[in-house]
Amino acid sequence: MNRVADHLIVAPVLLPLLASAIMLGFGEGRRNLNAAINVASTFALVGIAVALLRASDAAPDGVMGVYRLGDWPPPFAIALVVDRLSALMLLLTSLIGCAAVVFSLAQWHRAGPHFHALVQFLLMGLNGAFLTGDLFNLFVFFEVLLAASYGLALHGAGHARVKAGLHYVVVNLAASLLFLIGVSLIYSVSGTLNMADLAVRISAVRAEDRALLETGAGILGIAFLLKAGMWPLSFWLPMTYSAASPPVAAMFSILTKLGVYIVLRLWLLLFGDQAGASIHFGGNWIMLGGIATVVFGAIGALASQGMARLASFSVLVSSGTMLAAIGFNDVGVTGGALFYLISSTLGIGAFFLLVELVERGREPGADVLAVTREAYGEDEMTETEEVGVAIPATMAALGLAFVGCALVIAGLPPLSGFVSKFALLTAALNPSGASPGGPVPPASWALLVVLILSGLASFIAMTRAGIRVFWASADRSVPRVRLIEMAPVAILLIFCVAQTIQAGPIMRFMQATAQSLHAPGNYVRAVLGHNRKDEI
Amino acid sequence: MMEIVLSLGIGVLAGSGVWLILRPRTFQVIIGLSLLSYAVNLFILAMGRLRMAAAPFVSKGSVGDSLHFADPLPQALVLTAIVISFATTALFLVILIVSRGLTGTDHVDGQEPER
Repeated sequence: MNRVADHLIVAPVLLPLLASAIMLGFGEGRRNLNAAINVASTFALVGIAVALLRASDAAPDGVMGVYRLGDWPPPFAIALVVDRLSALMLLLTSLIGCAAVVFSLAQWHRAGPHFHALVQFLLMGLNGAFLTGDLFNLFVFFEVLLAASYGLALHGAGHARVKAGLHYVVVNLAASLLFLIGVSLIYSVSGTLNMADLAVRISAVRAEDRALLETGAGILGIAFLLKAGMWPLSFWLPMTYSAASPPVAAMFSILTKLGVYIVLRLWLLLFGDQAGASIHFGGNWIMLGGIATVVFGAIGALASQGMARLASFSVLVSSGTMLAAIGFNDVGVTGGALFYLISSTLGIGAFFLLVELVERGREPGADVLAVTREAYGEDEMTETEEVGVAIPATMAALGLAFVGCALVIAGLPPLSGFVSKFALLTAALNPSGASPGGPVPPASWALLVVLILSGLASFIAMTRAGIRVFWASADRSVPRVRLIEMAPVAILLIFCVAQTIQAGPIMRFMQATAQSLHAPGNYVRAVLGHNRKDEI
Repeated sequence: MMEIVLSLGIGVLAGSGVWLILRPRTFQVIIGLSLLSYAVNLFILAMGRLRMAAAPFVSKGSVGDSLHFADPLPQALVLTAIVISFATTALFLVILIVSRGLTGTDHVDGQEPER
């Protein structure tokens, strides 16, 4: 590895920091210049993420490199680590970021101050949180991205946003305090904050300290699961996400995935097979919580009256499915879940952007009226002869994009949502280690039932929303949609199609990622250096 | 003795903080969050073990002997946590004032409960 590639690891943090600092320097007067910097930086982040992804996939042990800030010897100071999972999350973040930024150029970036700088700060916090190998540094990056997200949640102002934003800020401030309590408890017992070092030391924690360690891990878990939106910690989520402006909501769909990512990373690293007495601590709770989240999200999606709320509840279904799959603790299931993570995040991101385009042509409150009419059985007897009316091209494009989103989110063939759910369920029904033809464990049945029913619920909810918007209202005006707004939605959906076509190679990558997550020896060795090889 | 005083202090701060953030007025919530963050900062400090008369740095003649100095890491963590919670509280204060200006009430839901 040459020196430039070495420093590429820290670029996803430095580039947005630099970009946002420059933008703050220019101030609000030069919005077009700021927009150009924002777009350039976000697209550069995609390039960097692709380079890191290729390098980490080519690396023999899946860890592309460890960047020691300040070049301190291993367990001290902060290290940034790039392995397959972090590189994958970086790429996903920058793709969603690109779509949201380009979408906002049409009009949303004028709705409030410092939009572009805040987006770059959010990207910086997200990238840092995906890269860091240190618990307290994770807290710092969390706060960076939260501070940016507070500003973005309020972007565009308005009564609903301020009300939802107030709740969002309070809930997250309280969660940050829980995060600190968890981190300090773990430090007091283990004496380290380096994740890899912690994985080594966790089996050696004295029996009388183990309760403290597990308390710390549990409290830390609450802070992350709140971000991931696990029931019953998720009541703030639908309101905040549906009130946020569309490009911001699309970016927020990656925030819940950050919570999921950290649970995946830390739980398998700290409480994997080598954790001694704490082995698989809390696994059942993650699984049960995930299933409860899916149920809550599916019921919420069925009950949603607006499309933005429907999208918010789809976020809950998606992160619930991820959590249930993580709690299942099987290499194959984790691989399928990672495939699902990519497809559902892309689909939901596209859907959040699409919602605003579709709703643009309708009077506010139309959905509520329609649901009320359905509930009270008041038929509209004013149907006119609309047979054979040509559909405007805009509506056709929007409708096609809507069908794409619905297929991905509900998990129906032929798009990637179906492939991912199929992979998940196949692995869950044939867990590694079980004899072929043997009895299927009850957890697999639970996962099967929940996944299929939640898919059905999403499908019904999406179909109802689609019929109401595209078919039922003949007198609606066609929304004025610009190409720059339609393109990001189309690109995100094209990625979903590409993921379906290239399912083989992508699935191989996901399985390799899952294998290295379930056997974190390589990660630990890479971070701590080879002198500690004998300890794990 | 020191342990009892400190743990009582943390307990009282955390208890009052939790009570206050569950109250319906935004001002009570922000005071509650501040009290909670004080409690958490003390808690972090306590997690580095309580030591009297020990400096958190290595002095001449005591190199490598952990008996002579306090754990510097929690103190660094507390410093970071103080800065961050100060900044986020200030940010929350702004949102609180915006909400008060927009809705005309200081209720956390933006409207007075109907009686």
